[in-house]
Amino acid sequence: MKKIIRHRQPNRSFGGDIGVYIILIIAGAFMILPLLLVVSNAFKPMDELMKFPQEFIVHHPTLKNFADLFGFLGQSWVPFSRYLFNTLFITVAATVGQLIIGSMGGYVLAKYDFPGSKKIFSLIVTALMFNGYVISIPVYLIVVKLNWVDTYLAPIIPFFASTLGIFLMKQFMEGIPDSLLEAAKIDGAKEWGIFTKIVMPNVKPAWLTCIIMSVQALWGNPQSTYLYSEELKTLPYALSQVAAGGIARRGAAAAVQLVMMIVPIGVFIFSQSNILETMANSGIKD
Amino acid sequence: MGNTLALYFRKKKRDRQIAWKKMKMYKSCYLFIAPFLLCFLVFMILPIAISLVLSFTYYNILEPPRFIGLTNYVNLLLADDVFITAAKNTFVFAGIIGPVGYLLSFVFAWLINELPRYLRAIAVVVFYAPAISGAAFNVWSIILASDSNGFLNSIMIAIGQEPQLWLSNPKYMTMFVIIVSLWMSLGTGFLAFVAGLQGIDRSQYEAAYVDGIKNRFQELWYITLPNMKPMLVFGAITAIAGAFNVSDIPEALCGNPSTDYAVHTVVTHLKDYGSVRFEMGYASAIATILFLAMILCNKLVMAILNRVGRKKKRQTILLRAENRKGEKR
Repeated sequence: MKKIIRHRQPNRSFGGDIGVYIILIIAGAFMILPLLLVVSNAFKPMDELMKFPQEFIVHHPTLKNFADLFGFLGQSWVPFSRYLFNTLFITVAATVGQLIIGSMGGYVLAKYDFPGSKKIFSLIVTALMFNGYVISIPVYLIVVKLNWVDTYLAPIIPFFASTLGIFLMKQFMEGIPDSLLEAAKIDGAKEWGIFTKIVMPNVKPAWLTCIIMSVQALWGNPQSTYLYSEELKTLPYALSQVAAGGIARRGAAAAVQLVMMIVPIGVFIFSQSNILETMANSGIKD
Repeated sequence: MGNTLALYFRKKKRDRQIAWKKMKMYKSCYLFIAPFLLCFLVFMILPIAISLVLSFTYYNILEPPRFIGLTNYVNLLLADDVFITAAKNTFVFAGIIGPVGYLLSFVFAWLINELPRYLRAIAVVVFYAPAISGAAFNVWSIILASDSNGFLNSIMIAIGQEPQLWLSNPKYMTMFVIIVSLWMSLGTGFLAFVAGLQGIDRSQYEAAYVDGIKNRFQELWYITLPNMKPMLVFGAITAIAGAFNVSDIPEALCGNPSTDYAVHTVVTHLKDYGSVRFEMGYASAIATILFLAMILCNKLVMAILNRVGRKKKRQTILLRAENRKGEKR
């Protein structure tokens, strides 16, 4: 007992620690139970999904819901692989583009004090608030004017304007020591060489974080505002069509929820330490 | 007089030349940031400007916009009862979800930081999962459903209470929209707090222990919070964005329009006029007002956060001075 007490951090009481655990367990249960219900529903056979009263735990888990889901997707006249390709293509293209544009901008904002850099950065910080619907109508009008409706460009290019990527990149790149860049300059490296050979390899955690943030934003987005041809539509759109089929498709709908949820959470679990390392630099000093 | 003016203009010209030289010196910087700036201008700044201009017109996409002055704003503020309801609801949602979500993010990040390392990693996933699970919040419409599928109603029946129409009775709708929003509110800001707390120098806590800090609350107030200020600013910005953009959750849970417009928000109103009625001018006026509200809120929060930081700094200094006095005695 004495040993435990000696190893404890200063300023921590036993009662307080127990309180911390109790609060976290209760709150954690509130956070996770609805998500566990999504998981359990996805494996419930039809009779358990319709049961009254509803039960949380699945008694006879089955994969039939997933089989049904792929069956329905197989019936549509645009093959399932096409929806998957569309989503992957849009997600990858928009993510890579945003990553390159954001890290180029973030690099000069972090390392050079050029005229206007402060103004640009404060604009970026203000724009962090405006994700969403405030500008959705004019953006749509601009996309129409550019004749991008019903092409892959419509969901991809406007995404490059989102500011979280460049913001996190800039904050993270401020941690690269200036001496490293100066040494490279003395050795005769050009600006572009410094950027690709020294800066980029040093900010891998920030890349991963930006990739994950944009994958989260893009993966679940049906993009139905801009894409009208069936062969351009995305996986979330196709899945939501399956899920909207009423009572007969309740099983498949439950499977859809699990499929859509598991990708971002899984990606986060695998990259948590990198994300936290990046977010440690996200603070805004005055 | 003429002489001074000439001097003034000559100085102006010189300043401009210096600025131009400086900009030329940083030519490669501008090249680096140009792709982002171009996208940012076209898809962020230009839309805001267009929205502002369209808000003074009648525009239904088919006909060219027709200038009607302040009519949209007059109608919006004086004649549109639904907008007033929506504004009130948004005010309530933003006023509760913003600050409470912000506080919860910080409190849970702080509590999680007390855990041992591996438990902490699990706890971060558990608390962050709802925010990234996308449309998984739809599961709440099963939990709260008013037909035989509803979980909450099964519980109500089991304990001998009357089942309720949770999602169509205005008495309960606001409450559940707030609960589900808070459930999802531990997002990017929460991650920033977790990361920031891990980054605080341990030796500061040890020094504070020696200086006579007695418990975890004093640690929080005198060391953790002042150290966390940059994260707190970032978290506030994401919290404002979350608080004003409430629209998906009420729509998914209660439908659009909801009973008596009980959970109708400004953004739902905007979507209604923008993508259902195609009254783009009117919708732009709504967007402009929302935009102004966000900026105002941002300024307010930053002013408050600035003051909090300063006050704390003073207190830390006072504390140190007191400790020194104690030592002398």
